[in-house]
Amino acid sequence: MNADIDATASKHLRGKYAIVGVGETGYTRGSGTSTRALGTTAVRNAIEDAGLTTADVDGMLSYNGNDSVPSTAIAGDLGIRLNFYMDCQGGGSSTEALVGIAIGVIEAGLCKTVAIFRSMNGYSQVRIGGTGRSTGRSALSGDALFGRAFGQASAAQNFAPTFMRHMYEYGTTPEQVAHVKAIHSEHASNNPKAYYKQRVTVEDVLASRMICKPLHLLDCCVETDNGNCIIVTAMDRARDCRHPPAAILGVVGRCSKPRVDNYFQSGPISSVAGVYAKNILWPNAGVGPDDIQVTGAYDAFTFTTMLQLEDYGFCKKGEGGDYVSSGIMRLGNQRPNNTSGGHLCEGYTHGIAMVIENVRQLRHDIDDSCPLGADGRRQHTYDYSEGGCRQVQDAELTANLGWATPVTGSALVMARGA
Amino acid sequence: MPTQGEYLGMPVAIDDLDQPNQEFYTHCGSGALHLQACAACDLLRYPTTTACPWCSAAAYRWRPVSGKGTVYSYCEVHHAIQPLFRPHLPYLILLVELDEQVGAPNQHDGLRVTSNLVTPAGELAPEPLVRSVGIGTRVRVVLHDIGGGMALPQWTVDEAAKQPERPWRYPQE
Repeated sequence: MNADIDATASKHLRGKYAIVGVGETGYTRGSGTSTRALGTTAVRNAIEDAGLTTADVDGMLSYNGNDSVPSTAIAGDLGIRLNFYMDCQGGGSSTEALVGIAIGVIEAGLCKTVAIFRSMNGYSQVRIGGTGRSTGRSALSGDALFGRAFGQASAAQNFAPTFMRHMYEYGTTPEQVAHVKAIHSEHASNNPKAYYKQRVTVEDVLASRMICKPLHLLDCCVETDNGNCIIVTAMDRARDCRHPPAAILGVVGRCSKPRVDNYFQSGPISSVAGVYAKNILWPNAGVGPDDIQVTGAYDAFTFTTMLQLEDYGFCKKGEGGDYVSSGIMRLGNQRPNNTSGGHLCEGYTHGIAMVIENVRQLRHDIDDSCPLGADGRRQHTYDYSEGGCRQVQDAELTANLGWATPVTGSALVMARGA
Repeated sequence: MPTQGEYLGMPVAIDDLDQPNQEFYTHCGSGALHLQACAACDLLRYPTTTACPWCSAAAYRWRPVSGKGTVYSYCEVHHAIQPLFRPHLPYLILLVELDEQVGAPNQHDGLRVTSNLVTPAGELAPEPLVRSVGIGTRVRVVLHDIGGGMALPQWTVDEAAKQPERPWRYPQE
């Protein structure tokens, strides 16, 4: 089964497109409003952030793995006439994949500027984990026969055998992996919009109740209600926008291991899609993991961050436990991860908020509590103590590692544009 | 009419158009675990598919397998998502590598069949049994009658097999 591509292909699109606008609602558990209203707010905020008007946006992309709202509703509400739109199925890993699609459709001449959004009442309407859902008695047929029949229905239950096998093969410990939550909670304490701003320790994670081994409650992300949006356009237009553009150097979309239908059947299950995706990402971006200053490794669970950093080559295979517990991912150290607090603390957005965070890092304009200067921009102190700064000093290069499942992932490398 | 049954209070309804699953569960109902074997390359596969994942040929035969294997990984559930599983907490979801076709067609591939740990009588395992099983435990299939001529394959400890001295378990216990 040959899934390789020629990553030595022409790189004429490297740096030609950029993310120019980012926007979101707050992160709540109980938005008190519709996904349509959340999406509209997020898209409007992103257009305004870019310094554009609704007349400048003529493309729209969205994804829904549970609840969402179609592009047509948002475009209608904001009076946007579209030259292109598409709403696709999928959760995590969709953001980066849609960035690639946006570049493709602009390059093909279908439209000029694309708003990519995700809107969900992930706590108050459709809870992805299925907690509290009353459909437990619906008929077993098709794929459910090989999952729900055995009480294997949630993401945690589906991914746990992968996580457990990694512990078995490499000696990865619960303590090591718990550092992911502890570090992300430190970052979230410096993020005024994070849902969970309370710092927690490795001991807190290990003492939290078991959901399904090897996942404690605090190894699992929060479920929240939110809308988020990013705006993609060509670099020549990007230079006219309000903020320094986040140039897109390379992107990978839903790259998969073999047997995407049932990922337990093929290969060592302790490896994830990054083992394939890295061979597209780094050559296309023209940089390697050592060059990256900030990562956004998807943290639906503490383990997903570790597995991806390992398989994209930020450390040797099997040493992910050492990497995430070394402190390297902490603000102020060599390569901070999920400086917003990520899905574990800030809120759950199926990955789009982690791209937004890295765009703001590259603008050197992270929305922390640092004082505003006369120019209206934050005067970052780089004091990362609780309640303080979370801007990474001189951030020039970031990587997002999006996760759908162990078998499928997407990735995005961005650079601070001139 | 779909083939209908029931398991743990959940109705089972396999559509007539879904022949591979009808055949899979009916074979289980007749008393032996069978897997699809490709008519072209002869490789077995799991779960049911409409073509061979290794050579893409559509034609297949059903082949009985030993129903024995080794626990490859597991998930021990302490918080049930499905209300019908709540009375059975904690329960084990086992990923079992069958003895057939280990390391084929590629080095780290295997036929890995997911199901619960049960007693030899087919009841979801009580906690002491749950705590005794881990990676490396040898298991055998138990076919749990769900009606409609069908059965659900489940796993129980293989009493006749040589067991590892201590199967690998999650360390924080």
